[in-house]
Amino acid sequence: MNHRVCLKVNGEARDVEVEPRLLLCHLLRDELGLTGANIGCDTSQCGSCTVLMDGKAVKSCTLLAVQADGCDVTTIEGLAGENGLHPIQQAFWDNHGLQCGFCTPGMILTAVEILDRNPCASDAEVRHGLEGNLCRCTGYENIVKSIVAAGARESA
Amino acid sequence: MAIRTQTIGDPVRRREDPRLVTGQALYTADIPLSGALHLALVRSPYPHADVVGIEADDAAAMPGVRGVFTGADILPTLKAPFPVASSPSGGAFEGLQLPGSGPIADRRVRMVGDPVVAVVAETPQQAADAAAAVWVDYRDRPGAGDCRAALADGAEAIYDAVPGNRAFRWDLPANREPDPAPVVVAQDFRIQRLIPMAMEPRTVAARPDGDRITLWTSTQSAHRVRSSVAKILGVARERIRCVAPEVGGGFGAKANLYPEEVLVPWLTLRFGAPVRWAATRTEDFQTTSHGRNLFARLEVRADESGRVRHADLAMQFDCGAWFSRPGPTTPSLTGTMIVGPYDIATAAARAEGAFTTTAPNEPYRGSGRPEATYLIERMLDILAGRLGLDPVEIRRRNLIPGHRFPYRTATGLTYDSGEYERALDLALEAGDYAGLRVEQARRRAGGGKPLGIGVACYVEICGFGPWEAGGVTVEPDGSVTVRSGTSPHGQGHETAWAQIAGEQLGVDPARVSVLHGDTDECPRGIGTFGSRSAPVGGAAVFTNAETVREQAKRLAASLLEAAPEDIRFAEGRFFVAGSRARAVGWTELAAYAASEESPDDAGDALTSDTDFRPPSETFPFGAHLCAVEIEPETGEPRILRYISVDDCGRVINPLLAEGQVHGGLAQGISQALFENAAYDADGTFLTGSLLEYAIPRADMLPAYELRRTVTPTPINPLGAKGIGEAATIGSTPAVVNAVVDALRPWGVEHLDTPLTPEKIWRAMNESQAQGEESESD
Ligand code: FES
Ligand code: FES
Repeated sequence: MNHRVCLKVNGEARDVEVEPRLLLCHLLRDELGLTGANIGCDTSQCGSCTVLMDGKAVKSCTLLAVQADGCDVTTIEGLAGENGLHPIQQAFWDNHGLQCGFCTPGMILTAVEILDRNPCASDAEVRHGLEGNLCRCTGYENIVKSIVAAGARESA
Repeated sequence: MAIRTQTIGDPVRRREDPRLVTGQALYTADIPLSGALHLALVRSPYPHADVVGIEADDAAAMPGVRGVFTGADILPTLKAPFPVASSPSGGAFEGLQLPGSGPIADRRVRMVGDPVVAVVAETPQQAADAAAAVWVDYRDRPGAGDCRAALADGAEAIYDAVPGNRAFRWDLPANREPDPAPVVVAQDFRIQRLIPMAMEPRTVAARPDGDRITLWTSTQSAHRVRSSVAKILGVARERIRCVAPEVGGGFGAKANLYPEEVLVPWLTLRFGAPVRWAATRTEDFQTTSHGRNLFARLEVRADESGRVRHADLAMQFDCGAWFSRPGPTTPSLTGTMIVGPYDIATAAARAEGAFTTTAPNEPYRGSGRPEATYLIERMLDILAGRLGLDPVEIRRRNLIPGHRFPYRTATGLTYDSGEYERALDLALEAGDYAGLRVEQARRRAGGGKPLGIGVACYVEICGFGPWEAGGVTVEPDGSVTVRSGTSPHGQGHETAWAQIAGEQLGVDPARVSVLHGDTDECPRGIGTFGSRSAPVGGAAVFTNAETVREQAKRLAASLLEAAPEDIRFAEGRFFVAGSRARAVGWTELAAYAASEESPDDAGDALTSDTDFRPPSETFPFGAHLCAVEIEPETGEPRILRYISVDDCGRVINPLLAEGQVHGGLAQGISQALFENAAYDADGTFLTGSLLEYAIPRADMLPAYELRRTVTPTPINPLGAKGIGEAATIGSTPAVVNAVVDALRPWGVEHLDTPLTPEKIWRAMNESQAQGEESESD
């Protein structure tokens, strides 16, 4: 039997009927057409599928769509504001914080949470904060640099 | 405002990034395909078995299921063997066996993950459910988890046509009789199997488009996929448009042809509807090619001063269950690169390859050069230890001096250009090598965590031909289009090629659009692998842009009513020498070229699409320095400093080059310390997910310190050598040399990778020598 899920995605109210087993990542990608969150693994380890749920970075492959009922979800598509890129998106661009880009939406949304908690996060704190996100291209160097730079800008 | 006419070498931010940081980029899984069907594959859980029965009626009757297909349905319809078999050109491969196994099992499975049944349904979930309901009856056969088991007497034949499982022999005899040398050192090495693991699992989609099909695939080589798939399906090449859209990493493993790249378009033709397949991470680990994975024995002969005179390498190479490309290249590359950056008078190498019941073992970032570099660099440290020499000193005594280029190696290659010792000096200076040695001596004498210092010099080969495309056209509005035969999976070709064309034509790179990865848009191409994009594909853009500039000069001469030799070019404008005021730019020239008045001989004016054919390969080089500290209680190694000096010739965009070095370092360090793809003796796969396979996280890797020297290559007019693989190659031996150096007081001379804490701890606790007995250098 399908379930009804009412949630807010990138500021827009959505009302959908889903199979109880449907994962949040599949709801976003297949039903709502938001393909920014990528699926990189089947064991909840890569973080490519990360989105913000009520402001917290969550792996959308570890949640059922029904668990998002009543929640406010932000995906990478909804992060940029009226005035252009979010400072973290901008910092990734400025610091060559991505190569193939597959991990990038998850990295950026995780960074939102890291800097929310501590805008002055050090290199080591950022590295620790990224423990749930894998990148195979950048060796992390420029991802860390991007996030630290975005934090410094926000707190300046 | 003056136009920047020099853009090659600028750290330009990537034009690719805005779409990627906002989630607008479309990977193959993201391409909107209305009404798409979904493919799920029933795969073998056994390494080696006969398929004696398939029961799929229940699955076929499940909701949403549109079809269930086995090898019996698919294989008889195919028009060419899979994979497309042909012997590798050149090289002394003997008895190379290329048994075609088909893109789906024909009553026999040869590795965990071999596809057996294809299930097509309306949603991915329905397809997966139905695949789980298919019942396959297997009769188990003995398997072989590595090449030694496969080559052992009495081993079960994996292909009936290949008794003994030997896939090939390769032999590079000594260039001449080696001179006698008093010091002989030999060492056995086991280089582990690695999983390249692009973050994007392989994904394939196809859609009928009139009487053609469009095939999207997560590949490094859309043109090669198109030709192979056309042959196998028996359709004209023109009927297939192959697109590599956004590709989420490749590292060599996506340069091959895979079964799903045949099955998905086959199903699309069958259903007349779009079909998509996306690998799960486990499927990807099971079936996407692995790399490295070599047994090797290296012997060197040297004189007492440490000058190496001869190198002899014997290899056993694991081919996996099938070749996913025309044949092996890694063993011959390992063999021909075994002398590294050193002046070694004679060398010999040989390899034998075996089929095993494991995933195909193919080129992975560096293919052959990481193996060769690791072997010779480890060996130099072992030799230095035996002779009581500093590792830096032994390298200095053997490095090819700058005045010897072009340098012909004992293995028959010609190194283009190099200043090897300069790179080494820079690494030592940047890392304060002398200071590190002082600190090490202090710790060894007075206690403190064991400190190890590792140095590795490398040279690699890239820029493989035979050709690459990079057409350049000035459009009627004066903008520029580049049609690239190589396509990126993270490297930033769009940005870099625009810089090249921009500089050559004096056009703002923002006015240059770069097309790639689409066989309709870019008629010819080979692909991105072996660090060939810049030295071959980039060189094609460079030379074609130059041709267009010459064409423009002729047009300008006609327009300005002057002789072509009087036309000058600066900042994107053409003028008659001495009268700069009357200059014409690209917009006027493009309009003129398209107009009636333009001279007849300018028919194809302002466009050039000649492939670049490099006369030879390029040889980037560098030197790496690593300082590592061992936690005595746990054996855990921690990298304190990592200095990477890389010379890739002329740099197109330092931001991108540095990014390539960072990523390469991560993978090379990870080979040294973390990763290991494991099969048991029979071929049961033990590392099928990220729970078992150690991809490093951010907090497992150090910060990198980068330096660069620039020694352009004479091989192409761009002067670029290639940078995609370099840092992977230098880093594994630098890290291993550092760890082994830290363990010298325990009498350790060599440990095989990965150097896990357990392995290090055992070396410290199970050896006879005592760490407290310090030794002086
Ligand atoms: S796809 Fe969600 S963590 Fe990997
Ligand atoms: S940029 Fe490719 S995985 Fe991170």
